[in-house]
Amino acid sequence: MRVYATYNIKGGVGKTTAAVNLAHLAAQDGLRTLLWDLDPQGAASFMFRVKPRVKGGGRALIRGSRTLDDAIKGTDFDGLDLIPADFTYRNMDLLLGGARKPTHRLARLLAPLAASCDAVFLDCPPSISLVSENVMHAADVLIVPLIPTTLSVRTLDQLTGFVARFDGHRPRILAFLSMADRRKKLHREMTQELSTERAVVSPTTIPALSVIERMSVERAPVTVFAPRSQAARAYRSLWSDLRALEPVAPPAGGPGGKRGGQSTLVQ
Amino acid sequence: MTPALGGFAVAGDAAPAWDRAMTDVMSALRSAFTTVPERTASRAQRRTWLDTFDWRLYRAGLRLEYVAGELRLAGAASASAASAASATGATTADGAALTRQHVTGWRPARPRLAESLPPGPVRDRIIRLASPRALLPVATVSSTVTVTRLLNDDGKTVARLLTTRASVAGADLPPRLSVAEVRGYPGQARKAARIVALATGVSPAVGDGFAEILGALGRHPGDYSNKVDAEITAHMPAGRAAAVVLLRLLDTLEANVDGVLADIDTEFLHDLRVSVRRTRSALKLLGDVLGDSVPGEPGRRYHDEFKWLGDLTTPTRDLDVHLLGFGAMAAGLAAARPADLEPFRAFLARRRARERRALARGLRSARFRVLTEDWRKTLLEARDAGVRRRAERRTAAGLAADRTGRAFRRVVRQGAAITGSSPDESLHDLRKRCKELRYVLEFFAPLHQPAAYGKVVGDLKRLQDCLGEFQDTHVQIEEIRALAGAMLAEGAVPAATLLAMGETMAGLASRQRAARAEFEQRFAAFAGPGGRRRMSVLLAPAAGDPE
Ligand SMILES: Nc1ncnc2c1ncn2[C@@H]1O[C@H](COP(=O)(O)OP(=O)(O)OP(=O)(O)O)[C@@H](O)[C@H]1O
Ligand SMILES: [Mg+2]
Repeated sequence: MRVYATYNIKGGVGKTTAAVNLAHLAAQDGLRTLLWDLDPQGAASFMFRVKPRVKGGGRALIRGSRTLDDAIKGTDFDGLDLIPADFTYRNMDLLLGGARKPTHRLARLLAPLAASCDAVFLDCPPSISLVSENVMHAADVLIVPLIPTTLSVRTLDQLTGFVARFDGHRPRILAFLSMADRRKKLHREMTQELSTERAVVSPTTIPALSVIERMSVERAPVTVFAPRSQAARAYRSLWSDLRALEPVAPPAGGPGGKRGGQSTLVQ
Repeated sequence: MTPALGGFAVAGDAAPAWDRAMTDVMSALRSAFTTVPERTASRAQRRTWLDTFDWRLYRAGLRLEYVAGELRLAGAASASAASAASATGATTADGAALTRQHVTGWRPARPRLAESLPPGPVRDRIIRLASPRALLPVATVSSTVTVTRLLNDDGKTVARLLTTRASVAGADLPPRLSVAEVRGYPGQARKAARIVALATGVSPAVGDGFAEILGALGRHPGDYSNKVDAEITAHMPAGRAAAVVLLRLLDTLEANVDGVLADIDTEFLHDLRVSVRRTRSALKLLGDVLGDSVPGEPGRRYHDEFKWLGDLTTPTRDLDVHLLGFGAMAAGLAAARPADLEPFRAFLARRRARERRALARGLRSARFRVLTEDWRKTLLEARDAGVRRRAERRTAAGLAADRTGRAFRRVVRQGAAITGSSPDESLHDLRKRCKELRYVLEFFAPLHQPAAYGKVVGDLKRLQDCLGEFQDTHVQIEEIRALAGAMLAEGAVPAATLLAMGETMAGLASRQRAARAEFEQRFAAFAGPGGRRRMSVLLAPAAGDPE
């Protein structure tokens, strides 16, 4: 089982969009895939037309009085299941705070799924919180959408540094440029610069495309309703970058090392 | 995907009725759901159901299918769940009962010895049951599964309707329906299943559909068995019962001819030989009641002709026995190496090929055809004459008691005369008498009370096994001696091979001695006071001709 989490401290950068499309591609590849919508706003649940409601709420799941298994809903797609969002997730920090080893609670809850899942996607709300720290400990790979701005580069460096200080299990980071607009000069320059200077940045960029915005109207992954679109191709390329990642995180190092040789993703 | 809920069959015997029922189902479902076709196209599949000629897997409650490069074995308990699962290509919660094994280059239309299956979980589960038989295609079913998604008000798929349309040998089978649950929406699937169940022209599916498939082929499961299982009753006139038994034996004999000619597996010849031996015993023990047509000259002719047929099959069968036991024989060598015997195996295989050609010529000959045709005509006359001559007082039950009693007394008499110094032939003779007794018991098995029958046959079988071991080892020793001579005559034989054959003979000889030592005890168990009492219990009701 490999756990992926889409994460960025910032809102509206394309986390949910990425999680939804990548999860669908994983299932299409034959992986038994589960997407957990951790955002109380339930954007991912909405995309899959699943009601944002979990019996017993977040409390039952975090406390373990209900298993995650119980909360799982099948999506319309073979091999892709979902744990819906719930309004009570907005108190998730409090719930986690009450647990033993509060930063590793999610990792523990996910462990039993290893027998029935090949890929888990966690879609996080934007914040720095106990939830996001839990997600970082649970994830094998953090997928970080970056809007091409100078500020987001700093955010990425901070995140890399933060994760590098973890003891033991340390997630890999794969950032990608999200909503890049080729018509904007700044975007073009940032894209160029980031993908050459930061080894944790994927060579794949997800451009800003109106077909992606249509997902919330279609209520389906773009890889479903427009499988041959540029958008779907871009997500497929991102997914193959993710699959190509080595399973083990590289040894701790400074934030965002320089790229060396041919290798594009490895620090 | 999740387990299918409830299988349904569409009633009616032709496409228009099925279409009406399907229209009905869909409109009923539309009252509760939005229905849309699944995004992916319907899936076509060819499944070939495999079994041995004598239905060993079916009788053991197993279903073996070949589907797209894979063997799938389903156990009895979950046969329907498993076939629903294989119809949709889905792994279900019940899928655990399904054993799967990938096979490459398998052509399901070709018979293939169970023995020759590559190692794997399916082979492990069936090899002891199926060996030494071949797996044959029983039926090939082409099916298409069409999936309809059932949506709720959010446009979310909450259940699926699976429609399986299948055909076998060009004939369409009634569609089957099932509802597949979407995880987390069990109530919706139940609701859909209730709606389907209430639609007109739909009924719960019985079984897993294989009965219909065989029906379309004009067959029924278990339609071949090497058991006598003649349809006789206690009150049937004796002559008619005898004719019915013999007709059944003739059917079995003929059913095996094609398999022998195609050399599919060794059991065809074995069953054919048993039918011939049973026929010869029946002629001897019951021939007199067949009416005027058999006793006298015609009877002698059939006696001679069936002896010819039996003798025709002997050389091939003897070689089969050697070859079937070869592995065990080689493994049992203490001094010689198994590889030393390989030239012997090759020699046996060459001989067998030659003998089999002679056998095939015989089975394709006019002599064989005339024999079976005349014999059938004679038996049909005897059977129907039995009806006309109702005046004949003797019933099947009376005949059974009389002939079984006689055969038993002969066994007791001959066996009692055997002492430690009796010649081997006396045991061989007794074996023949035991076979006759066994056959006459089997001919009339439907008239006997099963528990009493089981006890008598059990004791008899143990005695027969002992006598069989004694004689078979004797015959094999003689044969190996003769074969060694023949091999030498043909050319150079490695000394190691001859030595290994000698060791094999020594092993057989010690088994033969052990069988002889066991004889007395086995005979006493069967023919002593206890055995005699069991036999009289068995024959009592028949002899009294109840009702
Ligand atoms: N590549 C893109 N091109 C055009 N629109 C996009 C693209 N990616 C995302 N969007 C749109 O941007 C909005 C925010 O995207 P999304 O919900 O994926 O971001 P998020 O990071 O999950 O947001 P939040 O932090 O609120 O959870 C959505 O309306 C989405 O349709
Ligand atoms: Mg989001």
